[in-house]
Amino acid sequence: MIEFRNVTKMLGGRAVLDGVSFHVEQGETFVIVGSSGVGKSVTLKHMVRLFRPDEGEVLVDGESISRATGSRLEKMREQFGYLFQGGALLAWLTVAENVALPLREKTALSNDEILKRVRETLKLVGLENDGHKHPSEISGGMQKRAGLARAIVRQARIVLYDEPTSGLDPVTSRAIDALIEGMRRELGVTSVVVTHDLHSALSIGARIAMLHGGKMIECAAPEDFVRSSRPEVRAFLESQFITKRGAWERIIQ
Amino acid sequence: MNLRAVGKAALLLALAAAGIRFIYRKRCRIEVYASMYVYGIKSLGVITVVAVFTGMILALNTGIAMRDFHQEAHIGTAVMVSMLREMGPFMTGLILAACVGSAMAAQLGTMVVSEEIAALEIMSIDPIRFLVMPRLMAMCVMTPLLSFYTCIMGVIGGGIVGKQLLDVPWDIYFDNALRWAKNKDLFVGMFKAFLFGVIITTVSCYEGFATTHGAVGVGAATRKAVIICFLAILITGLLVTGLFYY
Repeated sequence: MIEFRNVTKMLGGRAVLDGVSFHVEQGETFVIVGSSGVGKSVTLKHMVRLFRPDEGEVLVDGESISRATGSRLEKMREQFGYLFQGGALLAWLTVAENVALPLREKTALSNDEILKRVRETLKLVGLENDGHKHPSEISGGMQKRAGLARAIVRQARIVLYDEPTSGLDPVTSRAIDALIEGMRRELGVTSVVVTHDLHSALSIGARIAMLHGGKMIECAAPEDFVRSSRPEVRAFLESQFITKRGAWERIIQ
Repeated sequence: MNLRAVGKAALLLALAAAGIRFIYRKRCRIEVYASMYVYGIKSLGVITVVAVFTGMILALNTGIAMRDFHQEAHIGTAVMVSMLREMGPFMTGLILAACVGSAMAAQLGTMVVSEEIAALEIMSIDPIRFLVMPRLMAMCVMTPLLSFYTCIMGVIGGGIVGKQLLDVPWDIYFDNALRWAKNKDLFVGMFKAFLFGVIITTVSCYEGFATTHGAVGVGAATRKAVIICFLAILITGLLVTGLFYY
């Protein structure tokens, strides 16, 4: 469904991505982990062509999004929902208006249908009573959930999550995890999740990949990922106390 | 602003102008009206104060000089012609560049930094059509109107000084002012104001979109936008005056 072929991206004179190749299957939840600044978000942004690779290409359903322009790019992007780290809500619109925006701008739905869809989506993320508020009137976690509602309101086939649980309390984090998993199970949504939260990664990921030094140094199912012998992966696991067998088994289950 | 940036800003203006075809959409019209209110109506306070004082200063300076020749009764003419041709659009342009241009650059810069522009792109919503076009439309309409309003307030300010300090009666002041006011002066002034509106929107939106490096970048973009607007207004004012009066 999504394929990276030898993607290299230089930013600030440094190869943030250095010949990265991987593919994401349809209906899969693919998780990318790694330390700060290793290019996780950059990888995600290549998938919707917010960045263009310096070398290599990114394919979506076999078609290069890296080379797409104009209406073709617009068409390809319509398949995607994207949750930004900070929610990226428009400050002058209410939460409900933010969620309704892609429907109003890009569909021919009637106002009643739009309102119905927005209500349903806000309920899904637990913001059914906050639709009238502006982004500045709600907490960071709520902004993130509103951003998630906007990302999924158009029933995207592929949803990209940039640190969906960072800054959220554990209960809300697990609720977001459940939402991602529920969308995969019930709607067949393909998800790519960038996160630092290994608990989240192990519980929702079908495969977990780790970026380090511009390379994808590991890409495996959760059970295999936690058994990886690579020192970088071990260090990452140890930093979150997920090295004992009992700990990660419980999370995966 | 190098040549490349000028080219990009011109392209931004062309794309925003092309986006005017979407004005039939209710949402676009609402955005235009909202922008007209924010950039036009909300600027009335500061514009009124600046315009009245500009007229007063013009009247006082010319009045003092003309009193030596016992011609102070003609200050109405001097104030009216100066305001219509130059000072009205010029002062309006500078005020809008400082108030509105900086606000536009800061808002769009913040949207870039907080990834709101990227979010629009991913939703396949053209940020230029969605954000720049309503601002451009609003400024193209409001800047000439505000310029006209500035002229009126400036002439009134001049009249106050004439009456209070130079003993020029109201009826003589306004009679002289209106007698020498030409349609050409009015239209050239309005044309200048229209150009200033286009310049302020284009430069400010371009600098906003070009923001990098977080909050520091937003500050730098805002500062740069105001400086470039000021310079562009001065140069454009000179060129238009030269074109119509030289």
